[in-house]
Amino acid sequence: MSHATSAARVDADQPLVEARDLRTWFELRQWGFMRLGSVKAVDGVNFSLRRGESVAFVGESGCGKSSLARTLLGLHQPTEGDVIFEGQSMARLGRRGMRDYRARVGYVQQDPFGALPPFLDVRRILAEPLKIHGVGRSERERRIRAVLEEVRLSPADDYLRKFPHMLSGGQQQRVVIARALILEPSLLIADEPVSMLDASVRVEILDLLYRIQQRRELTLAFITHDLSTVRHFADRIFVMYAGRIVETATVNELLDHPQHPYTQALLAALADPDPDNALELREVPGGEAPSLLNPPPGCRFHPRCPKHMPGVCDVEDPENFEPRPGHLSACLLHR
Amino acid sequence: MAVPLLSVENLSLNYHTRQGLVQAVAGVDFEIRHREALVVLGESGCGKSSLAKTLMRTLPRNAGRPEGRVLLEGEDIMALDEERFRRQVRWLRIALVMQASMNALNPVVRVGEQVAEPLRVLRGWSRVRAQERAAEVFDLVGISTDFLTRYPFELSGGMRQRVVLAMALVTDPQLIILDEPTSALDVLTQASIMNVLKRIKREQGTSFILITHDVATSSELADRVALMYAGQIVETSSAAEFFREPAHPYARMLMDSVPRLHQEARPTHIPGQPPSLLDPPSGCRFADRCPQRFDLCERDPGAFRKGDRRRVRCWLHAGGSQLS
Ligand SMILES: Nc1ncnc2c1ncn2[C@@H]1O[C@H](COP(=O)(O)OP(=O)(O)OP(=O)(O)O)[C@@H](O)[C@H]1O
Ligand SMILES: Nc1ncnc2c1ncn2[C@@H]1O[C@H](COP(=O)(O)OP(=O)(O)OP(=O)(O)O)[C@@H](O)[C@H]1O
Ligand SMILES: [Mg+2]
Ligand SMILES: [Mg+2]
Repeated sequence: MSHATSAARVDADQPLVEARDLRTWFELRQWGFMRLGSVKAVDGVNFSLRRGESVAFVGESGCGKSSLARTLLGLHQPTEGDVIFEGQSMARLGRRGMRDYRARVGYVQQDPFGALPPFLDVRRILAEPLKIHGVGRSERERRIRAVLEEVRLSPADDYLRKFPHMLSGGQQQRVVIARALILEPSLLIADEPVSMLDASVRVEILDLLYRIQQRRELTLAFITHDLSTVRHFADRIFVMYAGRIVETATVNELLDHPQHPYTQALLAALADPDPDNALELREVPGGEAPSLLNPPPGCRFHPRCPKHMPGVCDVEDPENFEPRPGHLSACLLHR
Repeated sequence: MAVPLLSVENLSLNYHTRQGLVQAVAGVDFEIRHREALVVLGESGCGKSSLAKTLMRTLPRNAGRPEGRVLLEGEDIMALDEERFRRQVRWLRIALVMQASMNALNPVVRVGEQVAEPLRVLRGWSRVRAQERAAEVFDLVGISTDFLTRYPFELSGGMRQRVVLAMALVTDPQLIILDEPTSALDVLTQASIMNVLKRIKREQGTSFILITHDVATSSELADRVALMYAGQIVETSSAAEFFREPAHPYARMLMDSVPRLHQEARPTHIPGQPPSLLDPPSGCRFADRCPQRFDLCERDPGAFRKGDRRRVRCWLHAGGSQLS
């Protein structure tokens, strides 16, 4: 395969994928021509993912998680900045290059129920990407069976001829995951892979993803709005707010010592099941996530922040600080 | 002992479908006292919304005739004809916030008008008087009264959820049924809506049935928990009992499947799937997924009483006295 040679000269310490000052803005128009401005869905995102690590992007609805995922996949062209995959700039990939790149990045899109074509059976759903990449018939069949085993839809014969509506929500999500894995990607992006599923099925799917990630040593970027699911299924967390990453650390470090006031608010709002929860009100910052059309100046969280320093936070754009070793937080309190 | 606010006895509901009868609610019993919040907890498809719609009599056309009794302060409201139910009960004494109703607001009517509407229609109040009351409930749910004149599309999801909550509160009902009021919302918005509910419960003395599939959310309001599985209530306990020592094997496994922020133990899933409601097993409906299954489980356990108000539908708890 074409990437075998490039993979050979890659050293293990090189990050698999990097985002460099990535921005994805959507132009907003009225009646098709009046420019209203830009929705700054991804607005200056930097990170670097190692091979074989599992990371979670966490943030509230509309903070740009899916836009970031789609930019990494090459589905949106970045307005500024670049994605570097195995040392290669995505901006410089031609059409062929882009096709090869897409084969190396698996994608589980948000909304599993809309994700599968209702008129194809499981075999056809899984065969499609292989055909596009020119994999021959017998090899296709072998890979389809192997991947069904891997997502634990076994015996494969029970599922190959089923249509999506004949499967439970959890089984459908396994098919979606199988499809994302079938080209043997080195990066898997899973956008809210369990948010539509029941609690008891959720853990099963997350476990499955995590185990596949470990076995294949692939890099898993998993997107969620629910911090409580990340502890056992990710190594590192990126907390996003209004188009940016505001805090990054390893899972336990971040959950046990949250530094950014936004992360602290998220954690304070979350309950582990406990009968005493009903007895007291939770502390919740007022207001709502800002418009990405006109984000607030300075720190984007300042209008809701309980620790907001007037004259500072509403003026200066916070860079990343390292309040604890290896723990980054974009908050001016750390200065 | 005082008459409970609501008492539901052996309630059942089927849907007619081309495949046959779907037994969505299958012999449900529970009671709610004044000022109490009961959480109906259960996974997708177990019959929670059907239960709510049966209580409110807002069933779709393919629903069969409900069976059982529903007593509101001792009066059998199932026996009322539709007209009396509408004039005396629905919305005035029991209000329902339907699942996803925040997306069902009328897009072309100002939200203040929509919130005031039940008063105008059911109580015949003047526009001005109804608007004044709408402003009061906006306050209660934490929306500025400036929003009274806005249209739904001008509001965020969290705001719209507060609006439908205001609509349920406007007639000052004794009981509000909330069907998944926060499941489409963000963590922070969820928490602030739960705060609103807690405050209303405390200050207005309203009783609640909160329907949810989310165990953590359920603990934010519950005095009591009724756990549903495949159309039946399998455990009814106080919140303290349920969250600290769940009794039914399904309850225990469900609790173990919940990821916790502050706990090292890895969550575990429940193998298998719930049975089809077209042809549910005649014995315990959880038996084929239950690690503690034994020969008796082929027969329906009925509900066993454990202590004063605790009920467990499981043969392992047959030490208690049997009810049905
Ligand atoms: N193709 C698009 N055109 C215009 N605006 C868009 C487009 N895609 C996303 N947006 C806007 O960009 C912002 C970020 O959206 P995005 O879907 O990335 O958020 P998200 O974090 O994935 O939210 P959720 O948790 O609800 O899935 C939103 O304001 C959204 O309306
Ligand atoms: N109008 C209908 N006709 C036929 N079957 C129905 C109808 N409405 C619901 N059902 C079925 O009845 C059962 C219970 O559905 P219900 O909507 O009450 O569940 P639920 O617990 O509210 O689920 P969710 O958590 O997904 O909202 C399900 O099997 C569902 O498919
Ligand atoms: Mg998204
Ligand atoms: Mg429902």
